[in-house]
Amino acid sequence: MPPLLELKGMTKTFPGVKANDNVNLTLNAGEVHALLGENGAGKSTLVKMIYGILRPDSGQMYWMGEPSDISSPAIARSLGIAMVFQHFSLFDSMSVLENIALGLEKGIDKATLEQQIVDISNRYGLPLDPDRHIYTLSVGECQRIEIIRCLLQNPKLLVMDEPTSVLTPQEVSKLFETLNRLSDEGVAILYISHKLDEIKALCEKATILRAGKVVESVDVAGESPQSLAAKMMGQELPPNPNDTQRKVGDIRLDIRNLNQPPEDQFGIRLKEINLQVRSGEIVGIAGVAGNGQDELLKVLNGEQLSTQAGAVSIDNQPCANYGPNQRRALGMASIPEQRLGHGAVSTMSLIDNTLLTAFQRLDLLSFGFIGYPRSRKYCSAVVEDFNVKSNGISVEAGSLSGGNLQKFIVGREIKQNPTILIVSQPTWGVDAGAARTIHNALRELADNGTAILVISQDLDELMAISDRIAAICAGSLSPTTPTSEITIEQIGLMMAGVTGDVTGNVMGGGQC
Amino acid sequence: MLLSLVKRPEQSKAMVYVSPIIALGLTLISGILLFQIMGVHPAQALYAFFVDPITTKYGWAELGVKATPLILIGVALSVGFRAGVWNIGAEGQLTLGAICGGGIALWLYQVDSVFVLPLMIICGVLGGMAWAAIPAFLKTRFNANEILTSLMLTYVATLLLSLLIHGAWRDPDGFNFPVSRIFSDSATLPIIWQGTRLHLGWILTIAAAIAVWVLMSKTIIGFQIKVIGQAPKAGRHAGFSVNRTIWFSLMLGGGMAGMAGLFEVAGPIGQLLPSISPGYGFTAIIVAFVGRLHPVGVFFAGLVMALSYLGGESAQITMNLPLAVTGVFQGLLLFFLLACDVLITYRLQFKFPVTSTRGSKHV
Amino acid sequence: MYDILIAAILTIITAATPLVYAAIGEMITEKSGVLNLGVEGMILVGAVCGFAAVHFTGSATLAILAGLGAGAGLALVFAVLVLGFQASQVATGLALTIFGIGVSALLGQDLVGIAYAGLPKISIPLLSSIPLIGPLLFNHDVMVYGSFMLVFAVAWLIKNSRAGLILRAVGDSHDAAHAIGYPVIRIRYLAILFGGGMAGLAGAYLSLAYSPLWVENMSAGRGWIALALVVFATWRPWRVFIGAYLFGGLTILQLHAQALGVGVPSQVMSMLPYIATIVVLVLISRDINKIKLNSPACIGKPFHPTS
Repeated sequence: MPPLLELKGMTKTFPGVKANDNVNLTLNAGEVHALLGENGAGKSTLVKMIYGILRPDSGQMYWMGEPSDISSPAIARSLGIAMVFQHFSLFDSMSVLENIALGLEKGIDKATLEQQIVDISNRYGLPLDPDRHIYTLSVGECQRIEIIRCLLQNPKLLVMDEPTSVLTPQEVSKLFETLNRLSDEGVAILYISHKLDEIKALCEKATILRAGKVVESVDVAGESPQSLAAKMMGQELPPNPNDTQRKVGDIRLDIRNLNQPPEDQFGIRLKEINLQVRSGEIVGIAGVAGNGQDELLKVLNGEQLSTQAGAVSIDNQPCANYGPNQRRALGMASIPEQRLGHGAVSTMSLIDNTLLTAFQRLDLLSFGFIGYPRSRKYCSAVVEDFNVKSNGISVEAGSLSGGNLQKFIVGREIKQNPTILIVSQPTWGVDAGAARTIHNALRELADNGTAILVISQDLDELMAISDRIAAICAGSLSPTTPTSEITIEQIGLMMAGVTGDVTGNVMGGGQC
Repeated sequence: MLLSLVKRPEQSKAMVYVSPIIALGLTLISGILLFQIMGVHPAQALYAFFVDPITTKYGWAELGVKATPLILIGVALSVGFRAGVWNIGAEGQLTLGAICGGGIALWLYQVDSVFVLPLMIICGVLGGMAWAAIPAFLKTRFNANEILTSLMLTYVATLLLSLLIHGAWRDPDGFNFPVSRIFSDSATLPIIWQGTRLHLGWILTIAAAIAVWVLMSKTIIGFQIKVIGQAPKAGRHAGFSVNRTIWFSLMLGGGMAGMAGLFEVAGPIGQLLPSISPGYGFTAIIVAFVGRLHPVGVFFAGLVMALSYLGGESAQITMNLPLAVTGVFQGLLLFFLLACDVLITYRLQFKFPVTSTRGSKHV
Repeated sequence: MYDILIAAILTIITAATPLVYAAIGEMITEKSGVLNLGVEGMILVGAVCGFAAVHFTGSATLAILAGLGAGAGLALVFAVLVLGFQASQVATGLALTIFGIGVSALLGQDLVGIAYAGLPKISIPLLSSIPLIGPLLFNHDVMVYGSFMLVFAVAWLIKNSRAGLILRAVGDSHDAAHAIGYPVIRIRYLAILFGGGMAGLAGAYLSLAYSPLWVENMSAGRGWIALALVVFATWRPWRVFIGAYLFGGLTILQLHAQALGVGVPSQVMSMLPYIATIVVLVLISRDINKIKLNSPACIGKPFHPTS
């Protein structure tokens, strides 16, 4: 029997990058196959070609032995290929039922569809209420919609693009049960990830991509996470510098009984948040996306004002009613999750983007007039010290790659010598090298006495760099626990809103 | 062969300036076609439109007279457009400027003092600002769309002017015509070029354009406006206030439109009429875009648009062409400009069908 | 009294009908995620083309079709610029209005001062002889009936049909719709053309029935009022209909106040619809949640399918 899907010589070039270079891949029915690689290795490009979103420059796909030209997602679906994207294709203002109906090729009547949804969700353990609106759902529930959408088409191949990056560890194991069940029924699964433990736990085979090329296709059973990592990165990365015990000083950032109503009904209400961050320590906040991280960042950095001035204090100075620049004057810097459009303006030069948050702390203005020579000098220093690869400092921020832009933004804030730094998703979607640079910069900043708050969905990252960890769920923040005394599973429970003794055997709980 | 758009890695700086020129060229070509269709000799018509008006000293001065309100308003609107504040009601703010400033002239018509004119200018500016304050307040307080509110207020302003002129402000010696008294000499802008109608407003307009240029390119206020316009969230992160930007943009727009309105009634018109502007407030929108939302560009775009007004009048007289041709030209120019602007962020690529290695049909 | 009442209500219907057409059309365009500010321009071009058609051919049917076609034609220009050339929707819509005013004035220069008898009334047998209801509902021209049917059809399609679902989806998230495989651009072309066609019909109604003649700028801001009505209606067809009739009611107030000799200057009465538009807009917009929940999330945002 021919393999289910065979790719031969797939090549795709984007301006400036060869995203896929002569990629070959073979996939059999019922196989769980990992597509492994760093950010930017070309995994997404490859699956987008499989799903008909992108057309290859050259190369041939064979579906069950037949040469196939998959020129649109509709054709992919008609062949039996289904895909769960990293970014969900959901419509916020519509119901679950409507969203699923939109994912189907043909209209079917409501009652039948509803019955089918109930059947599938029972069979695969994917509970969902068809009448709820998307904006009221958690990320995990949204993913379930995507999976049900796929399963309604009785796929032969299910492609999943980084499905676990938005889930709690407990949700991850539930997802794996579903996937194993599908694989037992003969569905092939192409599983994209860079998380080695997951691949060890779930997959039989792995194809490793690096810089657009296939490094190797291996049987997972014969590999260790270390050997997979080496193949993925091309070299053994030096181990993380052992965290030398830093000198933890006074409380710099003090959050007391912070309550904040949401800006609109799509937002999250922050409830009774208490947290202290001391000089010289890194505190991490874990959580699944959309549980109040954005709202917390905004109320801490002054984009959102609170009426209780004492809810946020910087060095004992109540400041919850201060705007961003007043807080910067007190020593606070912040880095939002969204790089283009929030942290930086894509159509402005790096110089202007430097000015954006630095004009006050670095005193770049005189009588309202901008001191461009000094702005340029500071911008050059950021680009140089943080090894930002760009074609000069007059280029638009939007022309930088994700990793370089993030290094630029982090550098812009760190070089202002903040006494408090709040950073959201410091290494989201950036390549391993840039992530390393950023983590080291954060550690160094803490060594010099800055209080750092890291909000991240990446548990590995938080485990690696933070001294204490808390989790945010539905706008409530758990108490912190020293990182050395907590396991990933325990954080997972905290992320799910389980309160009380997470080190015990408490299960159940929250809505996250 | 297939023509497709490919995103440039970075915006093309050159295209920012080339695009209006291409658009102007395309407008001229369409003009030739249009005249052909209308059965008019294109060369003659184009000459009447674009050359004839500026063959005399008087013509050049008229160009300045017509360009004054266009540049004044265009410069102010371009600031707002950069901030993403769509003040479409400049025509109404212009009318209010004329009403308030002109009201002073009517009130003090017997007073002969050097202070009358400055007082009129101040009141004109304040009148325009007050009219623009309504959409600003409704936008910042109630989130009401400023495009619709400012535009509705334009209709109200026109009716208000009509009401005054048909009523309280009608010239008592005017044989019941709906016009006001003619302004006294001290309520009229001094002529700066003898033998023409070019008035002091022209100088003030150039000064205003320079001031706005400095504001936008050198100061943190201009920077703030640009940031808010391109990425409001980034602006908030930087500590800039969206509401303050909305107020600033509308006050600047209203103030300068009000000034333009006062200049019209205290300059070339010399009294209040039911209709004081052939749509300068709307044409200034085109001026702002064609001028690339940059004061220097707006200056030249204002001259081009002023020429299209003069040309319309001249073609009407010499060739009996309808005045509406002006509006068509102005609309076409903006269309072509918007189309050409795609070249700033994209470039054209000619794709020739290649024999596919996949051996299948291609799109 | 009875006659006055009937006359008053009939005037409301004639005043509301063009708003129904224009606002329903714009609502569909906006549902697909596109804001077309050129309604005023499209109405004017529809009006002048409709009037020209009836003047030169004498056929009311052709005239209505001409209005429809002219509005859609102008909308096509908008669609090409916005969808094909990625031009700013706000700027292009404004350009459309400015252009429409100019073109309609140019096309209509020889039509000024000519009168037309108006669209014939179609009495529905039996039904039209019912007292009160008969003359109110069953003795109109074809475009009034058409406007009723339009609202019914659009309301039904949006709520119950798959086409309506897809339209809403494209307006809610063009990226998601594109990812699933819906032809976002094509759907938006259709929605824009529909909006333009309806604006054209609104124009044709103005110059064929409301006041059967051509005058420059005869739409007098109705295009902008239609835009406001869509917001007022929070993008729901029946509320658009109700809103249009409320505005029609204002017009009647304006006309009859003068007839009854109320001592208010005509200019003040003429200001009413514009001021009412502002008031209505404020009342609806102040509730940000309501707007956010109902407005198409992608409205005004450019879409370029990159991947």
